[in-house]
Amino acid sequence: MTKIVYFAWVRERIGKREEELELPADVKTVADLLQWLQGQGDGYAHALQHPKVIRVAINEEHVDHREPIAGAREIALFPPMTGG
Amino acid sequence: MSLKPTVRIQPDDFDLAAEVAALTNGRPGVGAVVTFTGLCRDEGGILAALELEHYPGMAKAEIARIANEAMNRWPLTGLTAIHRYGRIKPGENIVLVVAASTHRQAAFEAASFLMDYLKSRAPFWKKEHNADGSQGDWVEAKDSDEDAARRWAK
Repeated sequence: MTKIVYFAWVRERIGKREEELELPADVKTVADLLQWLQGQGDGYAHALQHPKVIRVAINEEHVDHREPIAGAREIALFPPMTGG
Repeated sequence: MSLKPTVRIQPDDFDLAAEVAALTNGRPGVGAVVTFTGLCRDEGGILAALELEHYPGMAKAEIARIANEAMNRWPLTGLTAIHRYGRIKPGENIVLVVAASTHRQAAFEAASFLMDYLKSRAPFWKKEHNADGSQGDWVEAKDSDEDAARRWAK
């Protein structure tokens, strides 16, 4: 099981803050994960319809979409940041 | 002398004078302190407040990574970054950076660098609450903020 957490409009559109998911074996990278999640329901499809804009952190560090997800403790999906 | 930056993520307001004093009291070698305060802005009287959402585990770690990079790049004597979260009204403080150094250039540049990176890398998101009670939009990230961070690339 892998813990996935969501923030801002990604969280609102998916309708949950976090969940534990059993990922298929062929979901190997961040890009694979975003594509797979899009098929998990309307909220996911809406949240992730433009996957290129989604920012991702693994174990609380920014990664790009080519990053392998094997061994990830926590994967976070969120929009571009607007702090400061 | 310990040169670890101070990073705090908190719902409460901060005290600019106290944070400056913390980097200058008893340190006569400090010749320059640059502070930057970011406030909640209302353009045209439509905003009741901003709701700042953050990623609690990552926000402090990411700002600390950026602050440590600033400490490595400039000869600073101290560096503090404080970012608030929760509901913040127009005119209230959101973020504070205090950079102290022997001379002004390092303090100016480090404060600017820290803010530019924080805008595009620290996991915070702003949602607008409108004065008429309606739910506002999520603030969109600006390309100009990404460009501002890129100018510091070595």
